[in-house]
Amino acid sequence: MDILGKRRIWYTVSIVILAVGLLFLAINGLNFGIDFQGGSLLEFRFDQEVSNQEVRNVLEKINIAPDAKIQQSDTQGIKGVLIRAQKLSPRQITDIEEGLRNEYSSTDMLRSESVGAVIGQELRTKALLALLIASVAIVLYISIRFEFRFAIVSIITLMHDVLITLGIFAMLGSEVNTPFVAALLTIIGYSINDTIVIFDRIRENMKMMHKTPFKELANQAVVDTLPRSINTSLTTLITILAIYLFGGASIKVFMLALFIGMFAGTYSSIFVASPLLVTWTNRITNKK
Amino acid sequence: MRYKKKRLLKIAFIIAIVALAVFLYFNNSINLGLDLQGGSHIVLQAQPTEERDITNQVMSGIQQVIERRVNQLGLTEPVIQREGDDRIIVELPAVDNPNEAIETIGRTAVLTFRNPAGQVLMTGEFVKNATADYDQYGRPVVSFEMNNEGANKFENITRQYMGQKIGIYLDDELLTNPTVQSVISDKGQITGYDSVEAAEKDAILIREGSLPVPVEVVQSRTVGPALGEISIRRSIIAGLVGLALVAVYMMFYYRFPGVLAAAVLIIYGVLLMGTLAGLQATLTLPGIAGLILSIGMAVDANIIIFERIKDERKSGKTLRASIDAGFKRAYKTIIDANVTTLITALILAYYTSGTVRGFAVTLGIGVLVSMFTAFFITRNVIDLFTHSNLLQSDAAFGAKRR
Repeated sequence: MDILGKRRIWYTVSIVILAVGLLFLAINGLNFGIDFQGGSLLEFRFDQEVSNQEVRNVLEKINIAPDAKIQQSDTQGIKGVLIRAQKLSPRQITDIEEGLRNEYSSTDMLRSESVGAVIGQELRTKALLALLIASVAIVLYISIRFEFRFAIVSIITLMHDVLITLGIFAMLGSEVNTPFVAALLTIIGYSINDTIVIFDRIRENMKMMHKTPFKELANQAVVDTLPRSINTSLTTLITILAIYLFGGASIKVFMLALFIGMFAGTYSSIFVASPLLVTWTNRITNKK
Repeated sequence: MRYKKKRLLKIAFIIAIVALAVFLYFNNSINLGLDLQGGSHIVLQAQPTEERDITNQVMSGIQQVIERRVNQLGLTEPVIQREGDDRIIVELPAVDNPNEAIETIGRTAVLTFRNPAGQVLMTGEFVKNATADYDQYGRPVVSFEMNNEGANKFENITRQYMGQKIGIYLDDELLTNPTVQSVISDKGQITGYDSVEAAEKDAILIREGSLPVPVEVVQSRTVGPALGEISIRRSIIAGLVGLALVAVYMMFYYRFPGVLAAAVLIIYGVLLMGTLAGLQATLTLPGIAGLILSIGMAVDANIIIFERIKDERKSGKTLRASIDAGFKRAYKTIIDANVTTLITALILAYYTSGTVRGFAVTLGIGVLVSMFTAFFITRNVIDLFTHSNLLQSDAAFGAKRR
C-alpha cells in the first residue's frame, strides 16, 4: 500500500476542508456561549408541553428579558425550555421562576447560569492561554524525544485538527463554551498521541532500515501501524458516540467537538503528518 | 513447579490490587460535584467605592459577612474562599430557592442601631471606625468612633435611651445588644465580651456594615438536584454502553486476547474507581466524560501491545518470545503517547477551574491508571495464558490475516 506516494491527494483533501471551514469561520464566526460572552442561561422543566411563545408571554408579563432566546430543552426525556438572555440578577431569575410557576405549577428549575462579561473575557483569555501553553509544552516534549522537524509537523497536524473542528462548529453554529475548550485540548492530546505512535514507528524504522529511502520506511511505518490507528480510533469514536447519544444534553457539545476532532486527528496522523514529514525531508535532501 | 509458583504469585498480585481498589472505593466513597448532586457555584466581586478601595482587610470583612449569611442558611458543608484580589467563591449544596439564597448572600451589608422596640434609630454610615481593644480594667471591648454628624445624633440617642438597650444589627441579625451606660458622642466602647477574639469579630462586622462595599454576583451556576440525577443516570448508561461496545469489538477483532482485554478493561474500571475514591477526587459531569474517554485510552494501550505481539508473531517468533518483545516495544510507544495527554491534562487542570478542571483531573488519573493497567495487569493476564491453546492459535491477536 503506497499511502505517502499519494501525498498530493491528501494535501488537496485537507486544504479543501480547511478552506471551507475557514470560510464559514470568516462569514459566520463562532457562536460563543454565555461562558465567553456573558449572559444567563436558564432551564426549566414542566409536567406538560409549554411552547416557546407561552414562555415568552410570561416573560413579557413580568417584563424581564422579554427579548430572550427561548427554545425547547434538549435534555432527553423531559418537557422543558431553555432561556438565554443578557446577564440576569439572582432576583430576576427568582422572578422568572415564580412567574412561570404562577402559570404552570409544575415548574422546576433544572439549572441557571449567569456569567458576567468580565468573567467571560477572562475565561476566553485563560482558554487561549491553556491552548498555547499546551502546544508549546508538547513541541518541547517531542523535540526532546524525537527531532525538531517531528515536533513542527505535529504542531501543524494539531492546528489542522483544531481548525477543522472550529470550522465545522462555525458551519453548524454550535455553541462554543468552556467544555468546548476542554474538548479542543483533549483533541490536541489525542491528535498528538496518534501522530506519535506513527512517528515512533518511523523512528524505529530509521534505526533498523537506514539504507531504505525515508519515504519508503515512513510509508512502511504508516502501513504497519494502520490496524492500530483504525482500531483505536474506532473504539474511541464508539465510546464518544455512546456518550453523545446516551449522555445528558449538557455534554453533547463537548462530545460533538471530540467526535469531529478525533476523526480529523486519526485522518491527519495518517494522511497529513507522515506525508509532511516526507515532503520536508525530501526538500532537505534535494537542497544538498 | 517454578512456573506454577510464579503463576500463583501473579494471580495473587492481580487479586490484591483489585481488592485494594474495592476497599478504597467502599471506604471513601467518591464525592460528586455540584453539577451532579445539585448546588450552586457563585463568584462575587467587590466593587470599590469612593470612600474605600478594595484591600485585604476589606476583603476579609466581606468574607466574614458572607460566611455569616451562608451559615444562617443552615447548609451542610458550604465552601467560602477568596479568589484573587477582589473575589469570593461560594459553593452551596442544593437549596429550595437557590437564586433567592444567592441574592441574600450578595446583598450589601447594612448596619443599624435599633431601640428595644426594634425601630431604627441610626444607620451605620455615621460610624467611622470600630476596633477590638481592652478597656482600662483589661476587659475585651469594641471601641468605636462616630463621624461629626454621627456624634451629634448618637449623643441624642444615648441621652434618650440611657439605661436601656440599643441593639446593633447587621442586616436583620442582632450582633450585640449593649445597655447605654453613659452619653456617648464621638467615641464609645461596647463591653460584655468573653474574649478579644469575640470583640474582634463584631468589630469587623460593624466596620463592614458601616462602610459597606457592594459586591456583585459576577458568575453563578446552579444545578437543580433533578438535573444532577438525570445526568448521573445517563452517564452510567453511556459508560456501560461504551464499555460493552468496545469489549465486543475487541473480542471480534482479537479473539481470545480480546476477551482478556475486555476482562482487563473491567479491572481497569475497578482500579480507576478505587483510585478516584482513594484520592478523594470530586466527580463532575465533564469528569465522567473524561473517565469514559480514558476507557478509550486504556483500550488503545492494549491495542498497541496486541499489534506489536502480532507483528512479532508474523516474523516467525515463538509465542513467548513474541509476547516479551511485543511488550518491550509497546512500552515505549505507550509512554510517549500518554505523556503528551498527561501534559494537556496537567495544563488544563492548572489553567481552568470548576467543571473543566474536574475533566482534566479525571482524565489525568485515568491515563495514569491505564498505563499501570497496561504494564502490570495486561502483562500478567497474558502471561497466565501463555501456555493455553487459546493464545497459541493463529487467529489469536488477529495474526491470521496477512
